[in-house]
Amino acid sequence: MKGQDAEHGSLDSRPAREAMTGVHTGRKRKGEQPVVPDTEFTSYYGKPVLNGPVWKSPDVPGYLFLGGVAGASSVLGAGAHATGRNRLAVAAKTGAFGAVTVSLGALIHDLGRPARFLNMLRVFKPTSPMNMGSWLLTAYGPCAGAAALSAVTGRLPRIGALATAGAALTGPAVAAYTAALVSDTAVPAWHDGHRELPYVFTGSAAVGAGGLGLLAAPDREAGPARNLALFGTVLELAAFRRMERRLGMVAEPYRAGKPGGMVRAGEALAVAGVAGATLGRRSRVARALSGAGLLAASALSKWGIFDAGKVSAEDPKYTIVPQRERLRERERGGDGWPAGNGAR
Amino acid sequence: MGTSFGRGGATTFQQDLANSDCIVIQGSNMAECHPVGFQWVMEAKARGAKVIHVDPRFTRTSALADIHVPLRAGSDIAFLGGIINYVLEHEKYFREYMLAYTNAATIVNERFAGADELDGVFSGLDRERRSYDVSTWQYEGAEVQAASGKRDQLWAERTRHGVRQSGRGEAHGSGGAEIGTEPRTDETLEHPRCVFQILKRHFARYTPERVEEICGVPREKFLQVCELLTENSGRERTSAFAYAVGWTQHTVGVQYIRTAGILQALLGNIGRPGGGILALRGHASIQGSTDIPTLFNLLPGYIPMPHAHTNEDLATFVEAESAQKGYWGNMKSYLVSLLKAWWGPAATPDNEFRFDYLPRLTGSHSTYETVLEQLDGTCNGYFLMGENPAVGSANAKMQRLGMAALDWLVVRDFSLIESATWWQDGPEIETGELRTEDIATEVFFLPAAAHTEKDGSFTNTQRLLQWHHQAVEPEGDARSDLWFIYHLGRRIREKLAAAARDGTRKEADAERDRPVLDLTWDYPTKGRHAEPEAEAVLAEINGWNADAEPLSTYEQLKDDGSTACGCWIYCGVYAEGVNQAARRKPGTEQNWVASEWAWAWPLNRRILYNRASADPDGKPWSERKAYVWWDAEQEKWTGHDIPDFKATKAPDFEPEEGAKGPDALRGTDAFIMQADGKAWLYVPAGLTDGPLPTHYEPHESPFANLLYGQQRNPVRQLLRHENNRFQPSDGQPGADVFPYVLTTYRLTEHHTAGGMSRWQPYLAELQPELFCEISPELATERGLEHLGWATIVTARTAIEARVLVTDRVSPLRVQGRTLHQVGVPYHWGPNGLSTGDAVNELASMALDPNTHIQEVKALTCDIRPGRRPRGPERVELVERYQREAGITDETGTEV
Amino acid sequence: MTTARTPVDPAGDSGYADHPPRMGFFTDTTVCIGCKACEVACKEWNAVPEDGLDLTGMSYDNTVGLGADTWRHVAFIEQRKPIGRQDPGLHHDQDVLTMAEHGTATQPPEAGMTPTTPGAGDDFRWLMASDVCKHCTHAACLDVCPTGSLFRTEFGTVVVQEDICNGCGYCIPACPYGVIDQRKDDGRAWKCTLCYDRLGDGLEPACAKACPTDSIQFGPLDELRERAGRRVEQLHEAGVPEARLYGADPDDGVGGDGAFFLLLDEPEVYGFPPDPVVTTRDLPAMWRHVASAAATLAAGAVAAFLGARKGR
Ligand SMILES: Nc1nc2c(c(=O)[nH]1)N[C@H]1C(S)=C(S)[C@@H](COP(=O)(O)OP(=O)(O)OC[C@H]3O[C@@H](n4cnc5c(=O)[nH]c(N)nc54)[C@H](O)[C@@H]3O)O[C@H]1N2
Ligand SMILES: Nc1nc2c(c(=O)[nH]1)N[C@H]1C(S)=C(S)[C@@H](COP(=O)(O)OP(=O)(O)OC[C@H]3O[C@@H](n4cnc5c(=O)[nH]c(N)nc54)[C@H](O)[C@@H]3O)O[C@H]1N2
Ligand code: SF4
Ligand code: SF4
Ligand code: SF4
Ligand code: SF4
Ligand code: SF4
Ligand SMILES: [Mo]
Repeated sequence: MKGQDAEHGSLDSRPAREAMTGVHTGRKRKGEQPVVPDTEFTSYYGKPVLNGPVWKSPDVPGYLFLGGVAGASSVLGAGAHATGRNRLAVAAKTGAFGAVTVSLGALIHDLGRPARFLNMLRVFKPTSPMNMGSWLLTAYGPCAGAAALSAVTGRLPRIGALATAGAALTGPAVAAYTAALVSDTAVPAWHDGHRELPYVFTGSAAVGAGGLGLLAAPDREAGPARNLALFGTVLELAAFRRMERRLGMVAEPYRAGKPGGMVRAGEALAVAGVAGATLGRRSRVARALSGAGLLAASALSKWGIFDAGKVSAEDPKYTIVPQRERLRERERGGDGWPAGNGAR
Repeated sequence: MGTSFGRGGATTFQQDLANSDCIVIQGSNMAECHPVGFQWVMEAKARGAKVIHVDPRFTRTSALADIHVPLRAGSDIAFLGGIINYVLEHEKYFREYMLAYTNAATIVNERFAGADELDGVFSGLDRERRSYDVSTWQYEGAEVQAASGKRDQLWAERTRHGVRQSGRGEAHGSGGAEIGTEPRTDETLEHPRCVFQILKRHFARYTPERVEEICGVPREKFLQVCELLTENSGRERTSAFAYAVGWTQHTVGVQYIRTAGILQALLGNIGRPGGGILALRGHASIQGSTDIPTLFNLLPGYIPMPHAHTNEDLATFVEAESAQKGYWGNMKSYLVSLLKAWWGPAATPDNEFRFDYLPRLTGSHSTYETVLEQLDGTCNGYFLMGENPAVGSANAKMQRLGMAALDWLVVRDFSLIESATWWQDGPEIETGELRTEDIATEVFFLPAAAHTEKDGSFTNTQRLLQWHHQAVEPEGDARSDLWFIYHLGRRIREKLAAAARDGTRKEADAERDRPVLDLTWDYPTKGRHAEPEAEAVLAEINGWNADAEPLSTYEQLKDDGSTACGCWIYCGVYAEGVNQAARRKPGTEQNWVASEWAWAWPLNRRILYNRASADPDGKPWSERKAYVWWDAEQEKWTGHDIPDFKATKAPDFEPEEGAKGPDALRGTDAFIMQADGKAWLYVPAGLTDGPLPTHYEPHESPFANLLYGQQRNPVRQLLRHENNRFQPSDGQPGADVFPYVLTTYRLTEHHTAGGMSRWQPYLAELQPELFCEISPELATERGLEHLGWATIVTARTAIEARVLVTDRVSPLRVQGRTLHQVGVPYHWGPNGLSTGDAVNELASMALDPNTHIQEVKALTCDIRPGRRPRGPERVELVERYQREAGITDETGTEV
Repeated sequence: MTTARTPVDPAGDSGYADHPPRMGFFTDTTVCIGCKACEVACKEWNAVPEDGLDLTGMSYDNTVGLGADTWRHVAFIEQRKPIGRQDPGLHHDQDVLTMAEHGTATQPPEAGMTPTTPGAGDDFRWLMASDVCKHCTHAACLDVCPTGSLFRTEFGTVVVQEDICNGCGYCIPACPYGVIDQRKDDGRAWKCTLCYDRLGDGLEPACAKACPTDSIQFGPLDELRERAGRRVEQLHEAGVPEARLYGADPDDGVGGDGAFFLLLDEPEVYGFPPDPVVTTRDLPAMWRHVASAAATLAAGAVAAFLGARKGR
């Protein structure tokens, strides 16, 4: 055995540990293997694919609702200011300021500590709607505050007017950006609705702001508030319908269960509120009732949307089925992205 | 393994599995219990090896195997016997190997009668005494004596002297038996009484049909295993077996391993790369604790512990216990060096090196017998160091009752394990069987330091000594076991010495104290706790010569008192004064055998009996499987590993007439520890329950033995006690009360009795509570719900567990019936973060007669939905079951 | 989207001029033995708290999924499918389910059992897979983080800076894989750091180090992708056609994962989304719709005033 070096034989260097698990062992089965029919969808023990939103209720849906009311109210306030509807102006401006203050409070409560809000201002980040929202609120909040203060006290009218204009310019953005805030997640019901949700949100904001105006304004000044509510209702309903059609099964949570109930109740209340405000325009009580109803409608719709999002994240079906369909579609040679996503 | 091949240790090392062409994992759940070692199985697979897992359950090992063979727990001998029959019948054995290295050709004396003739028992059975007269198993033409333990039994019988039997077995069996003169052989293998023919007759009835009926393994599946195994064995290819406690924890455990030993020897798979039998050991240093034993019947290095015979001096002991041929021929050198290590200057030739100081055995003192002794009042004090019998030992209740009868109990552990708290919150307190205020045992709990907090070594599954250095100081009062033993000894010695000095000692006690006072008990200490230097202990274990120079091999040991050595098989671990166990040369910087990583006994050899990797002429059997070979030019054995053979003994060496010990070994006697230099297919002596493995049903079984009239191992060891009742087996009335087979095992996420895992949040959360695993079919049959509760009942007690319904446990078709098996991991107890009933409450003390290991792998039980009753009702439930099954103190104790 | 090849140098894109190669994981689930050493090693190294002691009944998985306190998660899937396309040899001639029908038992479907995929009664396999943060090329969590707490490291990985995170929770629903999560007691977001601290010291991540079978392979992503490709080919040749890579394609919805996988079944079986998309891919569209919705609101308000007679 001379000449054999210490490394001969089969005992060569180590290959990587890539064992052939599951390789055919030679023996063929008799007969055909029954093919497992593809069930509708498979998941890992029915567990969610996503970690759903951890945002707390009522903090965050409250924030969505009040932010919307504030933003739209600022526009209403500015209009009233410009058209000399003073009581409406004061009501809308203080309403906006109140709403934004409470909504900020809700946000901070959700974060835990005020300092944590300031953390967001250490960067300017357009890819983060929350960051952009923070800057927006930083611009909008003081305007709304100054506008309200000036309106209530009657002091510094010029600054008040400027602030009113500022709040009116940023207000719609405040009402609308929260749609991007929720859409810019993997939550199916939110993300997939990113095209329509901004309109749903601003519509709902208009409903709320209109309701607030109706509550506070005297009969002679209530017209624009009523009109705004009507506009909001139409916008919200139309956008929502469109969204549902486009989303297909992912829209289920908007219609079913508790969140669905809230959305539907919100829509019904909005319609009833607008109808009440129109039919009972002479009645103070009817106006107030309609106003409160419209505010509630706006709140319900935001709550419903918020909760529906959570539901859609918790049930793996909403994550897996559309994605699987998209894959199949792509395999069939289509573009594969759900219709509408082309608009990027 | 000891009786088959000569040493009680894995024949190979885990890394070598990578060279296998086929790996059979049976009686082990390697991926779960040895996950790190399992990488080498994966590597073998990557090289194209086939992996077969034979296990009642589909485990994480099965998930990675090519074939999983589910079989009925407790039926492995039938399965392996079937493969042996296949090998013999189809002549698939490796003939040249078998002829050269096994005792296939040896002729057995004519008084021998096998199980095939005697319906399941061997000649020599004494039914009264439940033991065998092993003299009828001898070779022909050779005066055969039993191996140490067995020999002693013979002596006792001859003299009718009342020394109770103390077993020998796999764990301790480093010593083979001894043979007086050369036995007769027949190289043609045709003599009707040659081992080969006896094997053939013995295993002829183990047909595929029988295997199917007994094991529940479909014929085709079984034949597929046979084919894979035999296709992958021979000159060019090798197959390995890996087993662990799925084989040992039976009343015929040792014979399970023997069956694999026969198979591997027939196929020529021992001593060769990619071959062998890998005994997967348990606790980090369980191999170490048999090498330098915590076992009652052994001295370090597998030297038997002397019995209390009259007139037994060193010379007669050595003559009686050592062998004429092979390395056991040098036993006197090993023993004298051990005595020198222990008693130093006090051990001299004149006083027989203080052989008289060694304690003497008066019977069996296994843990289970000790429990009975505690209850008898013969054992009054108990140290529990690194053990949790209230959870980990069979019949946990008996363990606690035994402890409750003690005067004192010392528990050294990390946390308050069940064995330390049973007196205040154990199950018997709940049932009212014990009341805290009635328990007189004084319990001391002393916190122990963990391995990270102390220096020391582990001897792992492949006989590898690996040194660990202290990383942190132990917290609080925690101290190492070395510290505890050393200082305990020091204080006892100081007290004895003081008593001797000041005259308070009675003269009669002087004799008693001398062995303790004469001990060499002088280790250097360090640090603020005066921690003894662990390396100094290692140096003593390694040994030194008269000039106090470290020894480097046990070949240097002398029987004249000029060398001292604490454990002869560890001699060399401190060669050149260097801690060889602390070597950590990375695998990338050496060949795959990695002989410079730590140190393996004996003499750093990694594959044992590796002389057999070459043919009788010393050439590798094949280029592919070359490992160790004779280099004719250099006139020595060489290769990848250190040859397990005298390096300069040529293949054609023939011993001189009358040569003794190692010198009597031929150049082809690869099994150098064996008295005839051969691997034993047939064991003429050394085992208590038969020269050949025979399928017996487990002690408790829902089936009759299909192969023989003899239902169970006739010499299985049973401890009788009212709290250790046995259940009827098939054919006896009441057997159907316990219709299911129960098996117990481990999970990756926990460790043994849980002391090291149930208190760890990261492990507890991975398996948070006790569960049982059952098939969907059994769930339906018994109305058990997934994640619901089940109560499992045996004649001992009832426990509760959450239910996991899973296809991983599937029903089997056995003897025409559907058999359901219930699986339960045994890690839980009531203390810690992750809790549950202790599964060992269910088990009985029915033991393997060789090793005294409990049968916890195959029991029978009943299972029912719902939680178990609380308080006294729990006892009542069990009594109801006992009545229903008609259980008496005789049930199950038939021979 | 499907054609444009997206850049795969996230570290470079994030402004690291001179940076080490992008590091990542290739998790080959076909050799995973489910030992969970990776889970424990991760927790030990990163001092991640215990995550609750619940027996879930989901095979041997009692940690359920990735979260703030589980950065590595091993999934266990029991299926009545043959082990890879091989003959598993369980009960050749006997279908245990029919056997049970004829035997002592009633119909198995009536028993509450673990959710195994229905299939032939004698087929069985047990899949195990160790999941982790994907360290996406286009990481939604990072994109949406309003504080800049999440950042891209020089190794191309995505890491949370716990001192900056304000617990806004935005990253959590943004992640398309359900990886990052909020720790209940401190409100902040936590996830795998790809052992940023170890990488910096030239060490491999704790989980990969602990993995006994090299199921978790750590290294430069390019090399891993190559190796993974070969591995899949090898498995296909060996008759395992269902072997597939997940997250290796730089053209997928997240621009490819820094941690990708070799699977034996559809991704959703393991709890992965089949076709994840980084949410911010649609952000420009979202901003456009937001702007137009805001304008609509403003226009609506103007109309509301125009349509209202003074005094009404
Ligand atoms: N993670 C972990 N690792 C460990 C331990 C631990 O507690 N946890 N313990 C260590 C210790 S002390 C030891 S001794 C080893 C033990 O290692 P193993 O022996 O591998 O451990 P077990 O799980 O007890 O039993 C192995 C298998 O035997 C099967 N089995 C039961 N009955 C039979 C039978 O009759 N025939 C056959 N063929 N198989 C049967 C069981 O289903 C089980 O899968 O593990 C060591 N490693
Ligand atoms: N039903 C059933 N029963 C079985 C088995 C089975 O498979 N089924 N397996 C059997 C087997 S193989 C084994 S090994 C046994 C194990 O049974 P035991 O040995 O009783 O159980 P362990 O939990 O390993 O106990 C070891 C204890 O030592 C402590 N310890 C660890 N390191 C140290 C140290 O350095 N010093 C000290 N003083 N203490 C330390 C640990 O905290 C732990 O509590 O169980 C046996 N029992
Ligand atoms: S626990 Fe230790 S001995 Fe057991 S497999 Fe892991 S590393 Fe090896
Ligand atoms: S997997 Fe989720 S958490 Fe990880 S980098 Fe991608 S988006 Fe972020
Ligand atoms: S929770 Fe922390 S890491 Fe996540 S987005 Fe908010 S600030 Fe960033
Ligand atoms: S890379 Fe580090 S942090 Fe990430 S899972 Fe592995 S161990 Fe945990
Ligand atoms: S990935 Fe590796 S460490 Fe983790 S469970 Fe699988 S084999 Fe174990
Ligand atoms: Mo063990």
